[in-house]
Amino acid sequence: MKMINREKIVSKKIADLRSEYPFVDSFFEDNKLDLESIGDMSFREYLNSYTLEEIDEWAIDTEKLEEDLAEYISQMVEFLGLEKDKVESLTILAGVNKSGETESFGEFTIKRSEIVSIVGPTGSGKSRLLADIEWAADGDTPTKRRILVNGETPDKSNRFSTSNKLVAQLSQNMNFVMDLTVREFLELHAKSRLVENVEEMVQRIVEAANELAGEKFSLDTAVTGLSGGQSRALMIADTAILSTSPIVLIDEIENAGIDRKKALDVLVNEEKIVLMATHDPSLALMADRRIVIKNGGIKSIIETGPEEKARLSELEAIDKLVSEMRTKLRNGETVGI
Amino acid sequence: MNLVTVSGPPSSGKTSVILKTIDAIKMKGLKVGVVKFDCLYTDDDELYRKAGVPVRKGLSGSLCPDHYFVSNIEEVVNWGINQELDMLITESAGLCNRCSPYIKDIVSVCVIDNLSGINTPKKIGPMLKTADIVVITKGDIVSQAEREVFASRVNSVNPKAVIIHVNGLTGQGAFEFSTLLRDKKNEIETVKGKELRFPMPSALCSYCLGETRIGDDYQMGNVRKIELGDEDDK
Repeated sequence: MKMINREKIVSKKIADLRSEYPFVDSFFEDNKLDLESIGDMSFREYLNSYTLEEIDEWAIDTEKLEEDLAEYISQMVEFLGLEKDKVESLTILAGVNKSGETESFGEFTIKRSEIVSIVGPTGSGKSRLLADIEWAADGDTPTKRRILVNGETPDKSNRFSTSNKLVAQLSQNMNFVMDLTVREFLELHAKSRLVENVEEMVQRIVEAANELAGEKFSLDTAVTGLSGGQSRALMIADTAILSTSPIVLIDEIENAGIDRKKALDVLVNEEKIVLMATHDPSLALMADRRIVIKNGGIKSIIETGPEEKARLSELEAIDKLVSEMRTKLRNGETVGI
Repeated sequence: MNLVTVSGPPSSGKTSVILKTIDAIKMKGLKVGVVKFDCLYTDDDELYRKAGVPVRKGLSGSLCPDHYFVSNIEEVVNWGINQELDMLITESAGLCNRCSPYIKDIVSVCVIDNLSGINTPKKIGPMLKTADIVVITKGDIVSQAEREVFASRVNSVNPKAVIIHVNGLTGQGAFEFSTLLRDKKNEIETVKGKELRFPMPSALCSYCLGETRIGDDYQMGNVRKIELGDEDDK
């Protein structure tokens, strides 16, 4: 990491600091520092302007704040300088199952824009595999698996980085707890990712999300007012377009109210590696390959062959039928033959 | 013995995270014990006991829980050493969101949850800002975007902390978290003479001494008045 000199940072005028590193505003804001009253001061002068009483009253640790500011700027500078989308492939090296037997697949590589599904009974170890990938396991998890990125052991700092994570995880629950409109929500997220053209990003995400969702929604809709399908659509579009993580882990995409084939297309078009744990046959067959998990280990890896792809078309026809019936029922029509 | 201090707002998932993490630590053949600090009531000690973990609890009653913690930690550490533990975890609720019973050179963990709202990192004082490790829970309930926003807020108030997501129900992340806790280098025999990372609030007013009557006449010592002013009328 490029080290930022702490002395230099804290003795610079705050106005200069803000123009050089515009993102420091969120540091000041989240640490409740009053930018209005700072005037022409440096960060150190500002901290020194606190009275002992104020320091005690607001539980301020000036020493730690100086350290933290330098650290924060270092992290952000590093994040901004990163080349994005540099992950070309993800490799899983075999470990052991719950009985300690070596997994037989040797190594398994997934390339960018590929979809791999993960199947196996509940409790068989699907989540452990997803966790191994998220942690970039290096023989140091219970499965002893190793994960390589572009054929090499990835930098351990990715394990703890908040801004530079290897993996984005789309969970089954996609509820929102923030009370914001779709626009406010996306702006907030875009800012936390240090995006420059926030407005354009927001537009792209909403358009993509509306492609996926059965019913359209606008930027002024409250996120808490979105239906299940709409929230899922928004989250998938958001993760595809805004998240810098090159690998997406999905724990089942529910069927209701969303075009799942398109959803996967959106993720793949953003050149991500997609791994999806699922019990659903149409999703499992949409993947290029599937990992079969048993007793905590990877039992086999199956290529989706032409015959299975033919079954997929059957399934898609059934899905279409079901979704047409759903629309009819919703509109008060009957569904007799 | 390694000492680990865990604190965090009520219901953030401290106990669940610790229980799942202990499972992972036990796999390495280590002996772990817990001392649970609370204010008026807790039955978390039963949960630890059921899991076969040596446990003691301390209720602070009418005392500030963190003052109570500091006045007892030495004895607690001695208990852990007598039990021949490899690791002793203390768990305490940060009831006013300010203090942290964190000790210099002792691993300190703050547990907070995604449901608590994006401004929470701003509201929590040294308990969050001086922790070595921040565990964020309940990530499965919110969206990926909210997890990212929340973690970035935590990062901006404590950039040096390691931030890790743990699911207290499924245990996802607990194994990874457990690898951060034990370090042979940090073994201790006692905490006597060690220092707190941040001072407790100073407060000695008439109410601390048992006064119950309301009004200026009964207020002595460290008293501060709210500014009400007439701003709204301007």
